[in-house]
Amino acid sequence: MIFLKLILTNLRRHRIRSFISIAGIAFSVAAMLTVVTILQGAIGMFSGILSSDSEMIVFERNVSDLFFSNVPAAAVAEITNWPMVAHADPVLFGIVSSADHPIITCFGVTAADARIRKATWVQGDRAKFAQHSDDVVLGERAAEFMSATLGSHVQIGHAAFHVIGILKTANGFEDGGVFMPLSSAQSFFHKEGSSSVITIKLRNKDDAVAFKSLIKVKYANLIGLEDAEFNRSYSQFRILKATAWAVGGCGLLLGGLGVANTMIMSVFTRIREIAILRVNGFSNTQIAAMIFGESAVVSIFGALAGLSIGTCFLYMLKLVPALHGYIDVSIQPVVLLIVMALALLTGVAGALYPAVYAMRIRAVEALRFE
Amino acid sequence: MITTAENNQGRVVLRAEDVWKSYDEGAIAVLKGVSFEAVQGQTIALCGPSGCGKSTLLHLFGGLDTPDRGKVSVNNIEINRQRDLLRLLRHEVGFVFQLHNLIPDLTLEENCLIPTVAAGVDRRTAQARLHQLTERTGLSHRLGHRIQKLSGGERQRTALCRALMNKPKILLADEPTGSLDEKSSAAVFDLLLDIVATEGVTLVMATHDRGLAARCDRLLEMQDGRIREPESI
Repeated sequence: MIFLKLILTNLRRHRIRSFISIAGIAFSVAAMLTVVTILQGAIGMFSGILSSDSEMIVFERNVSDLFFSNVPAAAVAEITNWPMVAHADPVLFGIVSSADHPIITCFGVTAADARIRKATWVQGDRAKFAQHSDDVVLGERAAEFMSATLGSHVQIGHAAFHVIGILKTANGFEDGGVFMPLSSAQSFFHKEGSSSVITIKLRNKDDAVAFKSLIKVKYANLIGLEDAEFNRSYSQFRILKATAWAVGGCGLLLGGLGVANTMIMSVFTRIREIAILRVNGFSNTQIAAMIFGESAVVSIFGALAGLSIGTCFLYMLKLVPALHGYIDVSIQPVVLLIVMALALLTGVAGALYPAVYAMRIRAVEALRFE
Repeated sequence: MITTAENNQGRVVLRAEDVWKSYDEGAIAVLKGVSFEAVQGQTIALCGPSGCGKSTLLHLFGGLDTPDRGKVSVNNIEINRQRDLLRLLRHEVGFVFQLHNLIPDLTLEENCLIPTVAAGVDRRTAQARLHQLTERTGLSHRLGHRIQKLSGGERQRTALCRALMNKPKILLADEPTGSLDEKSSAAVFDLLLDIVATEGVTLVMATHDRGLAARCDRLLEMQDGRIREPESI
């Protein structure tokens, strides 16, 4: 109890300084949580598009980005007929722009595609999809920001399209995207006869290994992966994740420097007090534990405050209409654990030098210190 | 000098053998071959002008500093390892300084309990000892008060309680009444002598006050870095 009081005494003695340190950690944690959660959400949404009513994905081997992948139509036709395949849906991804929105994701799909079949049609009739080459279906948010209604024409890139339907979907990319018939998309993006990926639903999930082997044997330039496997290995996801953690880590590093500064000041202003504790039998370990304890308290309060701030911030972002569907506020427990652990580690690292300094204080000299 | 565990007056608890100490890389020689023995229960006053090395000698006895040359041993154990030093500070010696050196944000009770926290003494034992000492020193009604609320005499009595919490065998006091007025000084010193006598503690006290020094069993004069024991006090 007294040991705890010794830890808390100094924090209470310099309340403003303690508050600033806690705020430093809190904002670092909030920044890390926000960046990581948004990017994890974005990755989750993108992988959600790929795994819509499917468990495998086939794409061009060794491409850095699925937008550059080319899967020939002949392969789609053949794979569709393999006995182990329930259905195979070719999807062509493209980026288009409209007057006010420089980036809109475009999906070239067939009428049988799960994205069309399973979406909620707010307006329009699914049966009319892909009957004309200039028909498009818009996600609800895309329709909103393009001010489009059923039957209206929208300018997308260099061409005008006729809106035959508006879809509602929980996926931000899809909700803010444009769905074109596959052949129209191939023509629009000059990728005649190919798609970016084929999403595959197998009749029996246990055939996944056999399916991948068959792809390898039959198509040397294609690769088949299970969805989870793809999410783990896709370089873009890995880069995004690494970037998110790096940006968040930089934020925490700054917070850690704040803790280090506080702890150094804390030790310098209580040299005499530490000497008194030494004279009364405190060991190096006990002195260090006191300093680390102080920084741990700062880190824990900072991390808790940061989690609250970050969560509130994510909820606020979710309410922004332009970001609807893009922000996934469900914070993954593993992210929570990592952020908390990093905050604590930062606090401890920040207290390392001050603790070593405190351990080296010689009582006989420090007691002369006024 | 007698070098066995006992001399003709009793069991030796503190011994310095040819101790030398200097500062500023030898430029200021403070102790020049000090040899000294204290037996259990003795009260010893170290007198001498400022800067003669009284405090330095006390720091060496308490393991807060190390001699350049010579040996300091407490209960026949030479203090030269960190583990020995911790045992010394936790169980063998207690310090009382001229300035009370209490932690101002803690209460009287919490200040007194610090040595028991360091030594890992169980709570019940520590509380019992605290109540025993604060009863003796007339501080039992002030346990929950912060140090700022205490008078100078009370603070010094608190420091005395803290020094004796772990029942040390030796009490090292550096001008323990130096910051008090005459009346408080006499009261604190009376209490100090009373407690050390009751508990069988050896007291080594640095002081300028010849009157207080005269009330100790031995008076040692420090001069030119050496100890001289007058034949009679």
